Amino acid sequence: MSTAPVTATGAAPRTLRGARLPKWSPWAIAAGAVVVAVVLGLVADMDNPAQLGLIAAILFVLGTYGIATRVEGRRQAKDRVATSLVWVCFLLAVFPLASLLWETVRQGVKDLDFYFLSHSMGVVADTETGGGIYHAILGTLEQVGLATVVAVPVGVLTAVYLVEYGRGKLAQAVTFFVDVMTGIPSIVAGLFVLSFWILILDMGYSGFAGSLALAILMMPIVVRSTEEMLKLVPNELREASLALGVPKWRTILKVVLPTSIGGITTGIMLAVARITGETAPVLLLVWGTNFINTNPFKDPQASLPLYIYQQYANSAGYGAAYDRAWAAALTLIAIVMILNLVARGIARWKSPR
Amino acid sequence: MDTTTQNTEQPEQPGDAEQPPPTTPAPAPATAEEKRASRGATRPGDRVFLGLSRGSGIFLLVIMAAIAAFLAYRASIAISKDHGNFLTTLEWNTNVDPPVFGIAVLAFGTVVSSIIAMALAVPVAVGIALFITHYSPRKLGGTLAYVIDLLAAVPSIVYGLWGALVLVPHMEGLFGWLDKYFGWTGIFEWQQGAPRSLLTVGILLAIMILPVITNVSREVFRQVPRMHEEAALALGATRWEVIRMSVLPFGRSGVISASMLGLGRALGETMAVATVLSPTFKINASLLDPGGGTFAQNIASKFGEATDTGRDALIASGLVLFVITLLVNGAARMIIARRKEYSGANA
Repeated sequence: MSTAPVTATGAAPRTLRGARLPKWSPWAIAAGAVVVAVVLGLVADMDNPAQLGLIAAILFVLGTYGIATRVEGRRQAKDRVATSLVWVCFLLAVFPLASLLWETVRQGVKDLDFYFLSHSMGVVADTETGGGIYHAILGTLEQVGLATVVAVPVGVLTAVYLVEYGRGKLAQAVTFFVDVMTGIPSIVAGLFVLSFWILILDMGYSGFAGSLALAILMMPIVVRSTEEMLKLVPNELREASLALGVPKWRTILKVVLPTSIGGITTGIMLAVARITGETAPVLLLVWGTNFINTNPFKDPQASLPLYIYQQYANSAGYGAAYDRAWAAALTLIAIVMILNLVARGIARWKSPR
Repeated sequence: MDTTTQNTEQPEQPGDAEQPPPTTPAPAPATAEEKRASRGATRPGDRVFLGLSRGSGIFLLVIMAAIAAFLAYRASIAISKDHGNFLTTLEWNTNVDPPVFGIAVLAFGTVVSSIIAMALAVPVAVGIALFITHYSPRKLGGTLAYVIDLLAAVPSIVYGLWGALVLVPHMEGLFGWLDKYFGWTGIFEWQQGAPRSLLTVGILLAIMILPVITNVSREVFRQVPRMHEEAALALGATRWEVIRMSVLPFGRSGVISASMLGLGRALGETMAVATVLSPTFKINASLLDPGGGTFAQNIASKFGEATDTGRDALIASGLVLFVITLLVNGAARMIIARRKEYSGANA
């Protein structure tokens, strides 16, 4: 940093800034890199666009560094290289993620119609066309609904404990283990319910067993988000209510919770969206079926993520099953995205409080 | 309403509520918890409500303990029946009469695929986080952050389906290239099989944990004190120097813990691995040939035909996974917690 920026023009007048590349130079260098890469590809007989893209990207970075070093100096050149690397990172990441969404939509719309949504796989063999996901949607709704009913009261009450009452060792332990619990792999939650509910209590595979595992996965998420929301409630509100002689529990129920209800709802919906896509515990505990089973407490049920997996795994390479899997994947993504968007909508709508 | 707040001692600002032990209105020493509880208990409603909410907190702890206890119990049954060494045996034959199984292959596959995923995802995720916070036009950055939030919500089974049907066919070119130029290392030898190997799994896992790491890193980078950056700029630093000298040092522990959260997710990922990997129960030095498996994937794919012993054996492997993820996540959380104190004192 001690050396002054060296200007390429040498005799340039003393200005506050060193010489700079014109604004269009990155584009020009990029175009040059692509041209050179294509020529190289023709010479070396490569036709893989990914390979050519890679070569072009490397040429672009090297070219930028070289030219910028000559014109603007090393520090500026490094800055430009960093900028282009950050852009490369961004493009690298966007590519697969865009492909994921694009492929799901493109392949998913083939089978997705009202028939698909309103029929089960009843007597349809995996290799045949036809059939649908009605039984799977039903199973998912029931399992997620039950899990929500179990997890939300526990989660919200725990958050209330942590924010309104919690002090000392117990609260610290709960906070820490809630954090750790967020990271439990879903399959481990499934194995726990398996060992406890099915192997020891001998309850059999059912939708409810799956709900238990989903509830375990959901609880820490609900605690976390609710806790954040309760902390945002101004203490003045609590104090005003307490000063009027209102008991603490009524203060919490009538003042604290209603104030933060928007944020709490958002958190719950995000948690619901998260567990809707969980496959592993459902695979272990609900088992899956091709038929409509409306009773979540008895006998195996289907579920949307499990349906995708089974269509994929049992397809034996037949396109019909793949098409169904894609259509179900599109449905699942749509459900999850709608839940997410609505949740964020609620957050935005309720936020100016 | 406002006048009542004047009477109470030091009303808290909502922004102050970030500290781990949340402050309740009247400041009391920590030892006063019992007194406070007993005072609240004079009203039956308060007693019930406190009992319910504290009960929920304890219930969560009980669940964690129960997970460990039940898994350990079933695992001990399985390990006592095991005629191999649970840690080093290289096979998984639970359905034959003297069952012989061990987790060595699974541990290998889990560690290798996670390392690949981390090596690919962390730099890219940091790059994207920097892109969003420091490089992109403001509007684009906001939209991008939103989109990446949404991508974190895409179910893993969808990643699995995409990985198996779209990514795998596209891997052949890369595999051929790696084999041609780096095959001599032994790590990248390829027998021309379907590219459903640990490398493919690692790449897919990297794509999956990218949004997670990006989101957390972005939050950390956003918290870098504006003053630090402006001070660097005022000294004539280029944008990259600002990032290197003020943003990255500030965000380092945040990025580490974000990566560990991503690692926890990669370690426990089930369905994406189960759909993409062609399960071959052996350790293979080459990352391109079938070989290895992961704990979670093995549970999902072996569960269907497992007998009683088989299930217990799978539960035993699940216990190992549970302990590993517990350690990784616990470490990540501790780093975050320590950083919070540090930056709180600094801000």
